[in-house]
Amino acid sequence: MPAFVSNSARLHLSRAGFARIALLPLALVATALFLLPMAKLVLVGATGDMGLAAYAAILLEPRYRASLISTVGLAAATTIAALAIATIAGLFLQRHRFPGRAVLIAMLTFPLAFPGVVVGFMIILLAGRQGLIGDLASRLTGEKIVFAYSIQGLFLGYLYFSIPRVILTIMAAVEKLDPALEEAARTLGAGPWAVHRDVIFPALGPAFVASGAIAFATAMGAFGTAFTLATNIDVLPMVIYTEFTLSANITMAAALSVGLGLVAWASLAFARSLSGGTVAAAG
Amino acid sequence: MRDRLIVAGQFLFTALVAAFLIVPAILSMLAGITVNYFRGIASGFTLQWVIQVWDLYSETIARSFLVAGAALLATLVIGVPAAYALIVRGGRLSRAVEEIITLPLAIPGLAIALALLLVYGGFSDFRRSWLFILAGHVIFTLPFMVRAVMAVLATIDVKTLDEGAASLGAGPWRRFRDVIVPNARPGILAGALSVVTLSLGEFNLTWMLHTPLTKTLPVGLADSYASMRLEVASAYTLVFFVMIIPLLVAMQLFADISSGSRSQA
Amino acid sequence: MSEGRGVALRVEACAKTFPNGARALEAVTLDVDHGETVVLLGPSGCGKTTLLRIIAGLEAPDAGGRVLFNDADVTDVPIEKRNVGMVFQSYALFPNMSVAENIGYGLKIRGISRKERGERIAELTELTGIGGMEQRRIDQLSGGQRQRVALARAVAIHPSVLLLDEPLTALDAALRERLRGELDRLLRTLGITTIYVTHDQAEAMALGDRIVVMRNGAIAQIGSPRSVYFEPNSRFVAEFIGAANILQATVKDGYAVLPGGRMRMPKGTFAGPVTAMLRPEAIAIIQAEGTDLCGSVESVSFTGGRQRLIVTGAADRPIVVDAPNSLRVETGQRVGLSIESSAVRLLPEDRQ
Repeated sequence: MPAFVSNSARLHLSRAGFARIALLPLALVATALFLLPMAKLVLVGATGDMGLAAYAAILLEPRYRASLISTVGLAAATTIAALAIATIAGLFLQRHRFPGRAVLIAMLTFPLAFPGVVVGFMIILLAGRQGLIGDLASRLTGEKIVFAYSIQGLFLGYLYFSIPRVILTIMAAVEKLDPALEEAARTLGAGPWAVHRDVIFPALGPAFVASGAIAFATAMGAFGTAFTLATNIDVLPMVIYTEFTLSANITMAAALSVGLGLVAWASLAFARSLSGGTVAAAG
Repeated sequence: MRDRLIVAGQFLFTALVAAFLIVPAILSMLAGITVNYFRGIASGFTLQWVIQVWDLYSETIARSFLVAGAALLATLVIGVPAAYALIVRGGRLSRAVEEIITLPLAIPGLAIALALLLVYGGFSDFRRSWLFILAGHVIFTLPFMVRAVMAVLATIDVKTLDEGAASLGAGPWRRFRDVIVPNARPGILAGALSVVTLSLGEFNLTWMLHTPLTKTLPVGLADSYASMRLEVASAYTLVFFVMIIPLLVAMQLFADISSGSRSQA
Repeated sequence: MSEGRGVALRVEACAKTFPNGARALEAVTLDVDHGETVVLLGPSGCGKTTLLRIIAGLEAPDAGGRVLFNDADVTDVPIEKRNVGMVFQSYALFPNMSVAENIGYGLKIRGISRKERGERIAELTELTGIGGMEQRRIDQLSGGQRQRVALARAVAIHPSVLLLDEPLTALDAALRERLRGELDRLLRTLGITTIYVTHDQAEAMALGDRIVVMRNGAIAQIGSPRSVYFEPNSRFVAEFIGAANILQATVKDGYAVLPGGRMRMPKGTFAGPVTAMLRPEAIAIIQAEGTDLCGSVESVSFTGGRQRLIVTGAADRPIVVDAPNSLRVETGQRVGLSIESSAVRLLPEDRQ
């Protein structure tokens, strides 16, 4: 017959106690390595010579404003292009089976973990001075085309790391489409374009927004690609970098970082509120 | 007939996009083992560039593995118990904690690095050691481990299993060891793969945090792109691919197995 | 094979308010004898599972509540130390362990030697009818087999109290009925003090020595299956346990005055308005001429072993009658109803 423990000494931890211990390392690390630094960042941005005006400078100072506009523009253009490309390719891949399909899909998704620097290098190989495209162009037309170091090159680079991210989400969403809806539309006389416009794209809407927001946030925060391509287009991450390392303008760098962080976080929060799951940008 | 054309067009388009993504990668791998990229394959194959990369960057590559391994260890020790505690507690606090640790994924690496520098830049010993890099990597990779483990724990109703083991007399540590960890294994493995892959490839954070003595592989890549000839940069990229692609394949296979789906050929 | 009798259990003034403010249980006091099987029965949200979890030690009662095992206060003792055997609704079998390892887990924690564990496991697989499956993994088992493993695991540790949280709910109807009988036999053999939670009243009546009917966090009635069935103390209990005809009528001179005639009430019924309950099987169908209470048959539902008739016009609402299947009756036919006065149960006004 088992003996009963007297209600005096609690011999070991209740589950609540264990949970607290289990969370302690996390709490310490998150506070020391993230919360504290972030708070400091926000503070530094607000306590320089300009005070809180540093944050306003993002919009008021022409240089920063131009950078913000070009970054947002680039990110938006990348997102739209990536979505369009991923939709065409995604619809095709999800609805047709053929030998080599898995290989094609692997090719389209493998750049997922490439750091931005490598992506920049890829663009140089394609469109730089010794690039493939320049080579082909000079053989065909006698004129070498080099555009890696211009806005087109940057755009291509951003596209390079955005397509794999977006295409996986789109393909997953296409898989979940209900074929009965398209069949119903066709029985009512809708041609292929109408079916796409009225049934497929609206159904893919949430996936567009979710993956689009991720792509946008990633593009906004991308640094390595612009760094490698060393263009004279100053995207916001590059401005932050130069402010910090070259101009030692820590206040501005901090303020810009906070601004950039807010924009990226806001678009991801937006995507999450629609998709109901957690999403992440990286790169 | 028109349908066939459309399908063919879509196939061509998709193939073109795939080519856009893969051709430069193949080019870089080739360039890394070609004698002279400008003259192309005709100039012959060689390993001299790879050897040169090894001479120049072996220490950097080793350091990348060190950081990745240490990050893995840290995220295991910190993340697995935390994931268990969050799932078992549930409620608003858990959701808030989850939000907070996922924040580093939303904020650009640059910003996080800057923040770390502002707070810890003054501790010169710490700031100059590879531990500083590790700190950034841990913050960045921790959410992946925690979420991977939480995802698996959520599907196996860990709360009831925990209560079941408790009703049989097992204390919290015993339960964690006998029931929770073995059943969380797929999540732990998936998380581990993610952490290592992400750490090896991390650049934005590391570039801001590094010193000439604490470079990692991607930092070395950036150096080589800027200052080395194309063949050497390509050889270095080749080394990176050789390291990272098996990991990516393993992650993809793992995702397929654990989600029960198989990609159709 | 006797397993010992378990403890006498007392739940004293246990209430439960959750942190989000939800009041799951009002102060409840319950005494359970050694070896008794008590069923907590009620609709979802009535607090039965909360009460079970308080007894288990998974929830703590609000201040002032106590749980006693054989007069020892175990309120502050965590579940790991209470030595209860619990079968969860989803069984909570450990996927990383085999059947034998699952069953033996509680013994392993208690430091029982491997040899002894093996003997006990063999004993239990035999008892629960899963002999030969010891090495199987959990995902290779059917629902019924998993239920047996869960039971074997809970019993292996010689628990003071056996707690079962809707153990048959996860199974399909046919299996549930078959397992109900087996479970009953098993519980009788084991003889451990058992608390069984269910929302299924047939299950409750088949398995319980006593039934505790719960509603909105409080006990509505406690009694043996027969007493709860024949003598419900409220409309809620009357309707929850089995089918019930609830009639409103006025009593005069010992008879209830009804639209279809009159019905004799039990001796000593006061005159005035009453709420009365009649079970469908307590009403006999006879010829209409010369009968005190008549009505007409609205529908006949032949279910094989019995027939269910709906009779209108006799009372203020349609009456459900459970009639033998040999009775020849047609819809629209005028029939008489014969009711023993002792079968009429008076209910208090229900504050719905």
